Amino acid sequence: MVKLPIYMDNHATTPLDPRVLDAMMPYLTTKFGNAASRNHSFGWEAEEGVDKARGQIAALINAKPKEIIFTSGSTESDNLAIKGVLEFYKEKGNHVITCVTEHKAVIDSCKALERAGKAVVTYLPVDKYGMVEPDDVRKAITDKTVLITIMFANNEVGTIHPVAEIGKIAKEKGVIFHCDATQAVGHVPVDVERGAIDLLSLTAHKLYGPKGAGALYVRSRAPRVRLTPVIDGGGHERGMRSGTLNVPGIVGLGAACELAGREMPDEMRRLTDLRHRLQAEMFERLDDVILNGHPTERLPGNLNLSFAYVEGESLLMGISDIAVSSGSACTSATLEPSYVIRALGTDEELAHSSIRFGLGRFNTEEEVDYVAGRVAKEVSRLREMSPLYEMAKEGIDLKSVEWRRE
Amino acid sequence: MAYSSKVLSHYTNPRNVGSFAKDEAGVGTGIVGAPECGDVMKLQLKIRDDGVIEDARFKTFGCGSAIASSSYVTELVKGKKIEEALAIKNSLIVQELSLPPVKIHCSVLAEDAIKAAIADWQKRKGEKSADKKEQAA
Repeated sequence: MVKLPIYMDNHATTPLDPRVLDAMMPYLTTKFGNAASRNHSFGWEAEEGVDKARGQIAALINAKPKEIIFTSGSTESDNLAIKGVLEFYKEKGNHVITCVTEHKAVIDSCKALERAGKAVVTYLPVDKYGMVEPDDVRKAITDKTVLITIMFANNEVGTIHPVAEIGKIAKEKGVIFHCDATQAVGHVPVDVERGAIDLLSLTAHKLYGPKGAGALYVRSRAPRVRLTPVIDGGGHERGMRSGTLNVPGIVGLGAACELAGREMPDEMRRLTDLRHRLQAEMFERLDDVILNGHPTERLPGNLNLSFAYVEGESLLMGISDIAVSSGSACTSATLEPSYVIRALGTDEELAHSSIRFGLGRFNTEEEVDYVAGRVAKEVSRLREMSPLYEMAKEGIDLKSVEWRRE
Repeated sequence: MAYSSKVLSHYTNPRNVGSFAKDEAGVGTGIVGAPECGDVMKLQLKIRDDGVIEDARFKTFGCGSAIASSSYVTELVKGKKIEEALAIKNSLIVQELSLPPVKIHCSVLAEDAIKAAIADWQKRKGEKSADKKEQAA
């Protein structure tokens, strides 16, 4: 028997790995020193923990330890990268290139700069799989472009962008390339050299580390990237991010990175198999299921499906012992369905019907089988209740119907 | 977001789910909402010639609150005269199901569905009597 409830929402956050907690525990208890205290052993041991973590993180993404700037998480890293670059290089230009399916931390940072009159932003479209076309990036570059910010992998549909190609274009044109790799680091190989990435955001709680600890990779040479800080103070982190370091969180992030790197080859295979199993079971049990995102270029643990004729929130309600998420309007504060799924150019109602399964380190085959059975049963029940399903079965083309809107 | 126990009850055990044949005598069908908005309700009422609602059926594509609103409405209208059914306000649905502010549109849609179903019944009734007159002439 599987243990309920089942957590399958690992893109939202991941549980803390007990091994990560073990690494953190001394820094939550006896080793409580301030890493910036230079004159006593308490400070030194805290600094030691931080330095080790810097090395572990750098190793995972093929960077140098001093290129890691600690933050509170990816949202802060994205803000620092985007606002920091635009401010520092304002004499050089004010144009930013990003894409429509970025996380709100990126989109809203861009919007804030636009509102303040500090940037002009190009929001590139994506193809039906959610992928940015590198040639579109090239064409969008002007002599005012100072920053390209494109995510590594999408948090909703899991699509992995052609990061290395975009990085190559940025390098050729002398434009700084920021990559929000929140969903990718620790899950798929991320290499700042191979990707020609200049700035990279990551966070601990998406890779079985604690919440509240993240980092921004800042390239130190070829080119040396400079940033104006967003948070001023004691000049920590080479002046780029002031504030006393979250030592236990940072130690946890480091330990999480080391574990993820070590287990990645096996874990990628295992999660890809689980995803294929879940996908196959859903397609076998139900008709009119649509895969959102790229069929192959996607995060191993991400499966995003639309169950046509069924609204996402009502489905979540029926499978309350399973934690997954939906792109349905009703699950968001704004009452708008997922902007990411809508950007793929699929029918609007399929955004309302989308469910994101986020498989992770602690999910099992038994759980996948249980989830597939439970979801299929609930979808079938809700379809029996759905006027759209009835109409579709009667052969009515739903697009030809004149709907009576409120 | 937690759901009220009444919403959960209607969601888990929806009342009067199903369909009448659209051309069945005395049946009025109201379909309101749109798929791209995330809510479509189909409400069917079986109405006697004297204007009393005998039976009701619904099918809904929408969130739990939309399903609950339409399910509740089918219970509410049964046995009512069409004038009484037309007087049902969405606020009654909001109150009964303890809908939060973001779900008020579900109750509005359910109210609209009653009106649309009755309007359809009246239209069909009108056409039928027109047909009869034509035949008589």
